[in-house]
Amino acid sequence: MSVDKETVKKIASLSRIAVTEAEADALVPELNNILGWVEQLGEVDCSKVEPMTAVIPNKLRLRDDVVSDGNVRDKVLANAPVAEHGFFGVPKVIE
Amino acid sequence: MAEIFELGIAGIRTGVAAGDFTAKEVAETFVDRVSAAKSLNAVLVETPEHALAAAEATDKAKAAGEALGKMAGVPIGMKDLFCTEGVVTTAGSLILDGFTPQYESTVSANLFKAGAGMLGKLNMDQFAMGSSNETSAFGNVISPWRRNDGGNTDLAPGGSSGGSAAVVSGRICPAATGTDTGGSIRQPAAFVGITGFKPTYGRCSRWGTIAFASSLDQAGPMAHDVRDCAIMLEAMSGFDPKDSTSLDLPVPEWEAGLKSDLTGKRIGIPKEYRVDNMPPEIDALWQKGIEWLKDAGAKIVDVSLPHTKYALPAYYIIAPAEASSNLARYDGVRYGMRDLPDGAGLQDMYAATRESGFGPEVKRRIMIGTYVLSAGYYDAYYTQAQKVRTLISQDFDKAWESCDLLLTPTAPSAAFGLGEKADDPLAMYLNDVFTVPSSLAGLPAMSVPAGLDGQGLPLGLQVIGKALDEQGVFNAGLALEERAGFVAKPEQWW
Repeated sequence: MSVDKETVKKIASLSRIAVTEAEADALVPELNNILGWVEQLGEVDCSKVEPMTAVIPNKLRLRDDVVSDGNVRDKVLANAPVAEHGFFGVPKVIE
Repeated sequence: MAEIFELGIAGIRTGVAAGDFTAKEVAETFVDRVSAAKSLNAVLVETPEHALAAAEATDKAKAAGEALGKMAGVPIGMKDLFCTEGVVTTAGSLILDGFTPQYESTVSANLFKAGAGMLGKLNMDQFAMGSSNETSAFGNVISPWRRNDGGNTDLAPGGSSGGSAAVVSGRICPAATGTDTGGSIRQPAAFVGITGFKPTYGRCSRWGTIAFASSLDQAGPMAHDVRDCAIMLEAMSGFDPKDSTSLDLPVPEWEAGLKSDLTGKRIGIPKEYRVDNMPPEIDALWQKGIEWLKDAGAKIVDVSLPHTKYALPAYYIIAPAEASSNLARYDGVRYGMRDLPDGAGLQDMYAATRESGFGPEVKRRIMIGTYVLSAGYYDAYYTQAQKVRTLISQDFDKAWESCDLLLTPTAPSAAFGLGEKADDPLAMYLNDVFTVPSSLAGLPAMSVPAGLDGQGLPLGLQVIGKALDEQGVFNAGLALEERAGFVAKPEQWW
């Protein structure tokens, strides 16, 4: 499988990364080079193998369903590029 | 007596406890070393006040006759991947320019609780994606080492923990934190002639460590020698309920358990690690390592890890897939930079912010990750890679039937010049050929400096152990260290 320019633009859009036409052109061979290399995994017979889910057997813990922190609104907002009236600010969204 | 700046963790601890010098003198020494090393570009933010305050606390505790922590009086460098409360943390990326965490990562908090101070935040490959520290948005870190050809080519300190490698080898910080996703502690440690340790996945909490590939990321120490790594890893590790993959186990006393007599231990030599184009010097060093471990009482056995050649391609599917998900959080809304073109809506703002905030290698990996996780390709790429990961892990399990530890080179070459490999992402990825398999299997592994090549540059040997057998890895590392007698240091030119 190899990617063309249209696919690169679609991946960029899914990744929410703006690309210019020139960047998309440059990315086609770069991504194909890497994808061509990882495709050697296809040679491995994995028909009887389960995909790995945890490297070290470790059961996910459950904790009591209670509030364990909070009341840190100002800290949460402290690094926001725009924060007003206790909220994150974003450009107007009109559909 | 050695100058203070030449001391590592154990030396400082002993000297402070004996009253040979105060923690304040130590902190002042290294604060000066840091501010005099700007030409290496290894430190992004200097935090002398933090190091001095911790030193003062240690001196007070000592005067009051209180018990001192494991890291008391030791000022360290902190890789910029660890969130540090009130101190700008960027992960080497513009997208986090100016980000000032409102909380402390568990690893840094553990180290501070043990008495360590912080000298500064260390430069690194952007989001830990790189093997030469050339992907940082804040410029390359320059290795303190130079080739012995009389030239002054700037060399890569390795990556992604390149700043950490540079400051420890240059005796600018006595020790530093690193993180290792596919070799980012071990490969830079090998490039600069220091010791670096990646523990079993789950030993160190990932809470507050900026995420790259969550199923692989592990923090670890980078220090002068095996003992220093053992002390520092004890201070860094421990169960943390805030990390769902944190191991709920007591932290062993690795330093107290250090023992270089390997009688009864079986050391496996994996034949698949003898790769094409490996420099003969590295092969020769590996042979020496085998002799050293035999001399320490170990038995050498040949083993096979048949899926080794598939580790790198599996890694370069799994790590980008996880990264594409983890890095989705940088949206220009909650923290970091925002790029809002005139009249742009929300979606355009996301795309513009991520276009200007991420560097080329980060974008490349996010896009690869997005592609291999996208509908229609998920099974062919991602599921297949996770299956191969299972096979790689099973290879190790099989090897453990006939051996207790593995010995391999750490990296396929000595340090290269900055810029020499920057144009070819695939050539750069191959640097991690010996370190990635153990990362995929979550195993503890360390790099020990073992010799110099013909250019006068350090080479490292890697010891890999069974899950949770950090002690075995430390002990074999110590046996190598005692026999290698590695004392070379870069001459100070900066």
